[in-house]
Amino acid sequence: MAAQEITYRDALRQALDDAMRDDETVVVIGEEVGRYGGAYGVTKDLIASYGEERLIDTPISEPAIIGAAVGAAMTGLRPVAELMYVDFLGLVMDQLANQAAKIRYMFGGQIGVPMVVRTQGGTGRSAGAQHSQSLEAWVMHTPGLRLAMPATAADAYHLLRHALTLPDPVVFIEHKALYARKERTDLAAPVAPWGQATIRRAGSDVTLVTYSRMVFTALEAAAALAERGIAAEVIDLRTLNPLDMATVAASVRRTGRAVVVTESCLTGGVAAELAARIGEECFDYLEDPVIRIAGEDVPIPVSPALESAAIPQPPVIISVVQRMLRR
Amino acid sequence: MTLDPAKPQRISSQPAQPQSAQSQSAYSPRANSRLWEFYRTMRRIRCFEERVGELYVRGLSAGSMLHLSIGEEAAAAGVCAAMAPQDSFTTHHRGHGIFLARGADPNRMMAEIGGKAAGYCGGKGGSMHIADMQLGHLGANAIVGGGIPHVVGAGLSYKRLKRDAVSVAFFGDGAMQQGILYESLNMAALWSLPVVFVCVNNQYGMGTRIDRATAETDFTRRAAALGLAAAEADGEDVEAVHAAAAALIGGARRHRPAFLTVSCFRFYGHGRMDKSPYRTADEEAAGRRRDPVARARVELIARGLTDAAQVDSLDAEIEAEMNAAIDYTAAAAAPELAAMFRDVFAPGEPAPEPLADRLDRLLAEA
Repeated sequence: MAAQEITYRDALRQALDDAMRDDETVVVIGEEVGRYGGAYGVTKDLIASYGEERLIDTPISEPAIIGAAVGAAMTGLRPVAELMYVDFLGLVMDQLANQAAKIRYMFGGQIGVPMVVRTQGGTGRSAGAQHSQSLEAWVMHTPGLRLAMPATAADAYHLLRHALTLPDPVVFIEHKALYARKERTDLAAPVAPWGQATIRRAGSDVTLVTYSRMVFTALEAAAALAERGIAAEVIDLRTLNPLDMATVAASVRRTGRAVVVTESCLTGGVAAELAARIGEECFDYLEDPVIRIAGEDVPIPVSPALESAAIPQPPVIISVVQRMLRR
Repeated sequence: MTLDPAKPQRISSQPAQPQSAQSQSAYSPRANSRLWEFYRTMRRIRCFEERVGELYVRGLSAGSMLHLSIGEEAAAAGVCAAMAPQDSFTTHHRGHGIFLARGADPNRMMAEIGGKAAGYCGGKGGSMHIADMQLGHLGANAIVGGGIPHVVGAGLSYKRLKRDAVSVAFFGDGAMQQGILYESLNMAALWSLPVVFVCVNNQYGMGTRIDRATAETDFTRRAAALGLAAAEADGEDVEAVHAAAAALIGGARRHRPAFLTVSCFRFYGHGRMDKSPYRTADEEAAGRRRDPVARARVELIARGLTDAAQVDSLDAEIEAEMNAAIDYTAAAAAPELAAMFRDVFAPGEPAPEPLADRLDRLLAEA
């Protein structure tokens, strides 16, 4: 297949379509996944191909959606449970963290829970404090859960396809501001394997470590830095569990400097984990302290002016790197 | 028996009632009665729980969490006897009896409760996370109501994969006040799933009696309101529990989801350290008179199905079996330390790095 323009949304939809065609046990269960086609349109028209039996519209009962997916995964189906907003994790953490994540372990390896929780997070639509969060730290802090956060359409497709082959529960967090983003890509062309980070832009002066939408924020900053003669390397982690520290550490050892960029808020978060690991693994190579650029420690405000100011933007990355390099 | 979801029905086979007198005559030929089998199951549960209590007192049970189901044996024996081999189920924190009634090996159960490698889960689950896929046990649960939605998912699988199986959720009256139950009841009814919800109503959610937890203690009305077939059975009468369960599970097999509440009494405290300060000695004495094991014994002899000597002989056999389970557990080996890092993810998948390995790696490079 030749390269074509495809949106992140359509790449996800294509992944579900292909997975459902190839594996009859794949079912999608969630609020408005069938007739409505998904709150963000990811499952649009799939019901026409696969019917109500496989595009299962549910009542508004998030805990039971995840709980039913757990039971279905234990008895022969491969469910994709759609959690309309990652903010609803507050409703479902028991089924996700106490049940799905621990069943294989608690039961001594007798059975796994091969399910995918598809959800979306992040800012960009003035959706307010309960519909705009970046809660990946909650997931990453729970042993037993895999966690994917694709930035590109190609990764959206391939990581979701791969997630639907894994023997363990995967939380798959899409970014609401990326759904309409178009990319020229060939979905048939291979991408990096699951669990491996990708260097989106090579550079020798500083390593920007990030994932999901912040990849594009970092790339924008890196382009601006290049005009100032600074070569920033941008690493897209793609999955947070597994976490590919080898690629990160190799880069930081080359550049000697690391900046971690996350949309999720600073304290107790993913940026802290990444910075700590870089500190431990690259201490002797670092010219400067690892700097975290993260979302402000505030609930996400609705006002677009405040919302965009609450998360990292290219200027702050540019400024931090310039100050680190004293140029 | 016709079960109308709009009219919750109480099912009972009190011997004094005419209906039971009829069934009593049907029990005269021994082959037609399952009471001996039910008694054996219940006696094994009672004895197992007593021995597990002893395991705890002797400091051989793993951890501080141990919830005994003494007084609830008829719910376990009656419902499990109505399930088919291909059926599955989830249980709660007080689920030893249910698993035994389903056919669990007491040695492996007790070893699991003792945290030993020979246990059902290699010692990593314990009393509240015991499971066995061979017997369709999708798992005990330490979160009140946590295992309930899993049977909805199992029901979805069976329906979609066209398997002739029913999934049964067992939980206590405490879970009747959890939101996840109502979400699950609603979905099961909405989608006509082969699912049965069984509330073992032992009157107490930890130390809170149901009349202090809810204004509506007739639980059948709640399930019926959501469109499920609903019935209540007397947990002192194992045959009544079995009859009710058989009818409801049979209906569920034809995609008529159902709810059964079994009324019984938790003879002892919530956990082993609980001396029940929230209830009176009189209430406990009255509750313990509702003893399904003692009643079945009396019935067996009264109906001429057996005699006291035969029952005593069975009791002795069971006692020896459960004593052996304690000895087995005491002698069993603890899991090897490396087992800690197994089963977080599937074999062959990236696994967590042990702390010691990480420290060695970091400090060797430093």
